[in-house]
Amino acid sequence: MEALIQQVVAGLANGGIYASMGLALVMIYQSTHHINFAQGEMAMFSTFIAWALLQAGWPYWGAFGATVLISFAGGLAIQRIILKPVEKAPVLTNVIVFIGLLVIFNSLAGWIFDHTIKPFPSPFPKFTGAGKLISGHDLGSIAVMLVVLALLYSFLRFTPAGLAMRAAAQNPESARLVGIRVSWMLGVGWGLSAAIGAVAGMMVAPVVYLDPNMMGGILLYGFAAALLGGIDNPWGAVIGGFIVGVLENLLGAYVIGTELKLTVALVLIVTILTIKPNGLFGKAVVTRV
Amino acid sequence: MARLLEVRGLTAFYGETQALFGIDFDLEEGGITALLGANGAGKTTTLRALCGAVKMRGSVRFADQAIEGRATEDIARMGVAHVPDGRGTFSALTVEENLKLGAYTRRDRAGVAADMKRMYARFPRLKERRAQQAGTLSGGEQQMLAISRALMLRPRLLLLDEPSFGLAPLMVGEIFAILGEINREEGVSMLLVEQNASLALELAGHAYLLETGAIALSGPSAALRRDETVRKAYLGY
Repeated sequence: MEALIQQVVAGLANGGIYASMGLALVMIYQSTHHINFAQGEMAMFSTFIAWALLQAGWPYWGAFGATVLISFAGGLAIQRIILKPVEKAPVLTNVIVFIGLLVIFNSLAGWIFDHTIKPFPSPFPKFTGAGKLISGHDLGSIAVMLVVLALLYSFLRFTPAGLAMRAAAQNPESARLVGIRVSWMLGVGWGLSAAIGAVAGMMVAPVVYLDPNMMGGILLYGFAAALLGGIDNPWGAVIGGFIVGVLENLLGAYVIGTELKLTVALVLIVTILTIKPNGLFGKAVVTRV
Repeated sequence: MARLLEVRGLTAFYGETQALFGIDFDLEEGGITALLGANGAGKTTTLRALCGAVKMRGSVRFADQAIEGRATEDIARMGVAHVPDGRGTFSALTVEENLKLGAYTRRDRAGVAADMKRMYARFPRLKERRAQQAGTLSGGEQQMLAISRALMLRPRLLLLDEPSFGLAPLMVGEIFAILGEINREEGVSMLLVEQNASLALELAGHAYLLETGAIALSGPSAALRRDETVRKAYLGY
């Protein structure tokens, strides 16, 4: 029983990270209908920035905050400079740009910070409470993720800029007619996605260690989370993330063994796409012909 | 009266297809002007060209400034509100959020709150449904919402694309009466696109008749109403 609780809590901790990656994907998908394949590598690169700041002697939370801000600015800049020119281009053009970004960030990280695996610190105490069931980092990272979600929710729900972002995602043409700068809203969406990804990266790095390929698997889980919740529904992605995290851990511990864990995500993706492509909470898209 | 809108040689394209062939028209400050015409005559395209939503050429002057070639959102910020074809409702947002979005570019919070109250006073149905998803409203209610949302911008010019479309006759009467009221009481100028010529000629002081992308006839509404061809082709008597 104790082991089961331990697996569930660890699953929730991973789930929070998958949820954030899923959320980052959904934020961009909602407004552009594109899946940003470079989301994971952007998060990895952000984590390297945090690592460099820590090496330079910054305190943890200072480096954390600076990384989130730099990532936001970086995401915004990528959208403005690289993606704005292909805004109206076909999907395939965008996909190629995303893959390009993925490769660029991956090689850039390897080139600047080299490929050796580096430890990344956790800001949370090493305590293992309640009879060694729960680790400090698991609890802390769940808390950080919940704070991120709460902040994002408040932004989208209660601020004029958040309302404008939702309006621009939903009906860009009408949004322009009321004076919303839709293209800039996409930029802000990219900034927010990059910032959320950065947090996820810094939370997962103490567990998986820091190297240029650390986010590959995580992004797959994030994609599974987003699909499970419904690719156009941010809160669905969050719930999907926690479900995927727990499911993956329980199956890994009791059914299929840890080596096949990543397969869970892939099987889930294929299953959802074939059986219920709109996910648990997504809306069916009906096109009038 | 001063000229608020001056359009000269307006042409517009959908890809390679030309939809407007050099049209000229004016709109007086405080007035209502109607663009009449059959389906496909280019009425909606004219409105879309004015607010920079389709590729166009020609000159458009609004309040003595050239606005051709500007971005849609900048034209909106200058005080041109558009009630688009299909009403442009943000259907997953609430009625109140739709109204707030109408005032997105305004910074005078007290004024926005007061205008919101005025909209609810004018359209009590919207007040009853303020927390409801806008997509669940009836067609008439959505048209009321679209007009209110446009007015929340405090526009100098209101572009109306077929406000009677798909509505029950009683509702059409109600909407047109309110448009007249808004024009008289608040001095909002309007450019009205309508297929229902008799309704439009009653509301508007001046009208232009579009045929296949060009102006076929223009003049004061009273004169157009008496015109033989307009009567036969558009008024049906």
